[in-house]
Amino acid sequence: MGSQGGFYQSKEFLDLVKSIGEARSKAEEDRIVLGEIDTLKRRISEPDIPKRKMKEYIIRLVYVEMLGHDASFGYIHAVKMTHDDSLLVKRTGYLAVTLFLNEDHDLIILIVNTIQKDLKSDNYLVVCAALNAVCKLINEETIPAVLPQVVELLAHPKEAVRKKAIMGFHRFYQKSPSSVSHLVSNFRKRLCDNDPGVMGATLCPLFDLITIDVNSYKDLVISFVSILKQVAERRLPKAYDYHQMPAPFIQIKLLKILALLGSGDKQASENMYTVVGDIFRKCDSSSNIGNAVLYECICCVSSIYPNPKLLESAADAISRFLKSDSHNLRYMGIDALGRLIKISPEIAEQHQLAVIDCLEDPDDTLKRKTFELLYKMTKPTNVEVIVDRMIDYMISINDNHYKTEIASRCVELAEQFAPSNQWFIQTMNKVFEHAGDLVNIKVAHNLMRLIAEGFGEDDDTADSQLRSSAVDSYLHILSEPKLPSVFLQVICWVLGEYGTADGKYSASFITGKLCDVAEAYSNDDTVKAYAVTALMKIYAFEITAGRKVDMLPECQSLMEEFLASHSTDLQQRAYELQAVIGLDAHAVESIMPSDASCEDIEVDKALSFLNDYIQDSIEKGAQPYIPESERSGMLNISKFRNQDHHEASSHGLRFEAYELPKQTVQSRIPPASLASTELVPVPEPMYVSESYPTTTVSSASSDAGSTELKLRLDGVQKKWGRQTHSPATSTSSTTSQKTVNGITQVDGSNTSNSRTRETYESRKQQVEITPEKQKLAASLFGGSSKTEKKPATGHKISKSSSYMVEKSHVPKSSMEIASEKKAPIQQPPDLLDFGEPTVQSNAPSVDPFKELEGLLEPTTEVASAKNHSSTAAATKSPDIMGLYTETPAGIHNKDDGDILSGLSNPPGTHMLGGTTRTQVAQSSKGPNLKDSLQKDALVRQMGVTPSSPNPILFKDLLG
Amino acid sequence: MIKAVMVINTQGKPRLAKFFEYLPLEKQQELIRNVFGVLCSRPENVSNFVEAESIFGPDSRLVYKHFATLYVIFVFDSSENELAMLDLIQVLVETLDRCFKNVCELDIVFNYSKIHTILDDIICGGQVLETRSTEIMRAVEEISKLEAAPNAITLIPKSSSGWLSR
Repeated sequence: MGSQGGFYQSKEFLDLVKSIGEARSKAEEDRIVLGEIDTLKRRISEPDIPKRKMKEYIIRLVYVEMLGHDASFGYIHAVKMTHDDSLLVKRTGYLAVTLFLNEDHDLIILIVNTIQKDLKSDNYLVVCAALNAVCKLINEETIPAVLPQVVELLAHPKEAVRKKAIMGFHRFYQKSPSSVSHLVSNFRKRLCDNDPGVMGATLCPLFDLITIDVNSYKDLVISFVSILKQVAERRLPKAYDYHQMPAPFIQIKLLKILALLGSGDKQASENMYTVVGDIFRKCDSSSNIGNAVLYECICCVSSIYPNPKLLESAADAISRFLKSDSHNLRYMGIDALGRLIKISPEIAEQHQLAVIDCLEDPDDTLKRKTFELLYKMTKPTNVEVIVDRMIDYMISINDNHYKTEIASRCVELAEQFAPSNQWFIQTMNKVFEHAGDLVNIKVAHNLMRLIAEGFGEDDDTADSQLRSSAVDSYLHILSEPKLPSVFLQVICWVLGEYGTADGKYSASFITGKLCDVAEAYSNDDTVKAYAVTALMKIYAFEITAGRKVDMLPECQSLMEEFLASHSTDLQQRAYELQAVIGLDAHAVESIMPSDASCEDIEVDKALSFLNDYIQDSIEKGAQPYIPESERSGMLNISKFRNQDHHEASSHGLRFEAYELPKQTVQSRIPPASLASTELVPVPEPMYVSESYPTTTVSSASSDAGSTELKLRLDGVQKKWGRQTHSPATSTSSTTSQKTVNGITQVDGSNTSNSRTRETYESRKQQVEITPEKQKLAASLFGGSSKTEKKPATGHKISKSSSYMVEKSHVPKSSMEIASEKKAPIQQPPDLLDFGEPTVQSNAPSVDPFKELEGLLEPTTEVASAKNHSSTAAATKSPDIMGLYTETPAGIHNKDDGDILSGLSNPPGTHMLGGTTRTQVAQSSKGPNLKDSLQKDALVRQMGVTPSSPNPILFKDLLG
Repeated sequence: MIKAVMVINTQGKPRLAKFFEYLPLEKQQELIRNVFGVLCSRPENVSNFVEAESIFGPDSRLVYKHFATLYVIFVFDSSENELAMLDLIQVLVETLDRCFKNVCELDIVFNYSKIHTILDDIICGGQVLETRSTEIMRAVEEISKLEAAPNAITLIPKSSSGWLSR
């Protein structure tokens, strides 16, 4: 095939691929691949292999490894290829190492030097290949080795190189923010790069930076807004258009950034309103990418300080999404709705039927998203319906991960909004019954605590009612055949504590039930232990009440079994039970007081009650106790270890060339001072980070002082003894034997396909809404106009569980942050917003002085910015470069300094181009559409929709 | 950021796998198997999104697109937009289509290193770098030309002309 020209492949490789493709089973495939590995192992170590052949072997290794077989024997050859002089071989080498190795692999040390050299190459393709490797393979330790070169490349004449350099630099920041923190301003500089592609790439790292620290980038709001405006107004070269949208990927990134910057900041948000409104209007909602931008607009609107007009447009867009036939759009609509109802809860009402449709959709993803939405809009009025639905769904699925999640959500909602104790207990029972083993054990403990402490109010009768209803329901549930262990523990505990409390059931009845449990689940020691303790409690309460205790025969036999149990825990419990039964009523009451599970037990940590005994012993001549920390010998060892550790950590790797050896006489005379200057690891002091070099210098100088004349081997050994030196992982290739039998599974899905489609269609046919659905809608959304807020009711039972206490911390801390922020930044009125991680994360790092500065600066800056934005909206867009001069006034002077389009078009023509381009775009739409339709039809057979460049569209740009 | 790009055929055979965070080999295979298990059980005419947290851990989403005999799959976190990712798949496939004139599964298998070159141009370090397929094409053709040249194997040309120099 001609299309393969240039990427040479031999017949052998083609045969390999073909035979793997024709393999009937996984075992056959494995056999073929193992044979291939043998061949490669043999061939690759032959001497004098031609470069082309070697390149192909490496590609074959990559392929073999993708199929899940270990190819580590060839890693070193891939590393060797990166050293090669030929571009082709070098590129293949880099490709292979980025796929084979990870950043902590031992072989990395052999590549760093090559990368350093290649980053300086004249050929930009070599530089690009090296930068790809930098992105994947450089770790915290090796960053200093390549950092200077990468920073230099940020100003490389080729835009492709600049883009990759930005990504590499971004990667450094992700790996170790401290090592590049002094260079972060480079990202800001690149934002005004001549090339829009580079600018777009810069948005990725800026997005990360802004996520971490919003406040120090507030000054960029106006630049971002003006860039977005220019993009939306089609001022970028036509090449950036994608499906008739102007640079949609850049728009999306910008909207994400604006959402972060405008969150809870009224002034910043006001700058954005116009441009976001424009995009709402301009977006083409017929294409996928247009909807992506629309969705991002909705996210932005729901994150920034609310504006009624924008909220309206957002609501419109959401309703369009929800009414769409496309599952993708409905999914996005549900997601967007979940964001918007935080601000305006009333919009959920108009979409209630659409939401219910999604809930009943055969698409699992959509269903789950809808449950997420319901979770967000749960109120005391609709909690029963929602939790019931969730439990029904939970029962129907097999995916344990999601089952766990939905179970914990049910528990959370039930704890927060439970309308009655009865309902709460029933709900918890259902959750435990169907997902018991997946529920966090903490939830079970919370449930026990809730039952023990009651629901807050000082009404004792309500509490005892709760308990007896719990006991009733548990006795009922015990007749079910197979119950999860966690649930049984709860049941045993409650029966033991409250089984006989209200006098409804006799002790012998309850103990009989408990014995049944212990027998039925005889392989679960935890349940048995709970059961024994429950038995002990019941007998203790009987004795305290003055009744005579008759142990049931089955209970006695059970005790005998436990007394001889292998589990020491069970044994001890059984002996304790025996001992308690033998005691008199008074003693038993102090051991096992009734309903005292909530009383605190005071522990005397100092063991003061033993003082008399100790005194006696010392008087009789015993040695007094010496605390462990004061005992001799221990101290030295720990100190020594500390020192050792410190030394090890201060030895960093060096990447610059060693200095030429000096004469021995010279090096012996100046002791510490020279050594310290020699050993500074990075040549340019500009890039030296604050902490790293100083520690090296100090330890190096002290080293030099103490061991002047010895051979200095200690440092060398440490370097290789570090943890990064991992043992070679030799993995046998036969481990992955689990076969996925594609054929049978496909069959299964086909039948389920047709079935689901049938139901779907039949549902579509009945256009009129069934009364059931309407009822559901009413119960879900009916009370929503009352606009009750979730966190307000969240404190309802905060006393009862630690879980709730944790929850109630969250709003508190966010309130603190809000008050810290003070005047210029107004918090949106919505309380539900507190969950935003962005606000919380930056707060602790705020320096009080900086904060003061921040309070002063924004008021002046924002005021001028506000002036400016109104003028900018009216006149032409501002110059992006100008924004970096820090004087926003300067922007007004330049009339039409449209950098983005100005520099990519020949200067002088772009003034005209701005007007003519749009005309051409409109007039050319007709033929273009037809063309593309034809092409569509042609290539759709391949399952691909192309959009080849339209020559007419480019003409005016180049002219 | 984007965590992984995979191309799996409808039989469950991986055709391309690129993970932007390092994962051990066994883990990669397990993920590919799990993803295929989820995808092949999905009915037609449903959304292109799948909850991926049970496979890839917290904060991960998966978007896939089904072409003829192939699934193209992107896995990413909440800093990306699902619909946009769907279009990024489209960009990738459009580029492949231009590159190979009606791309099919065999093209991807036989031009393994070329596909990686294309992917490296679109995504770098897990971030979207380039979305113009014309631009990507030009870069790839540049490299192809160099590799086709008879002396390419022995020397690095001092400077390469054409690509991107306006």
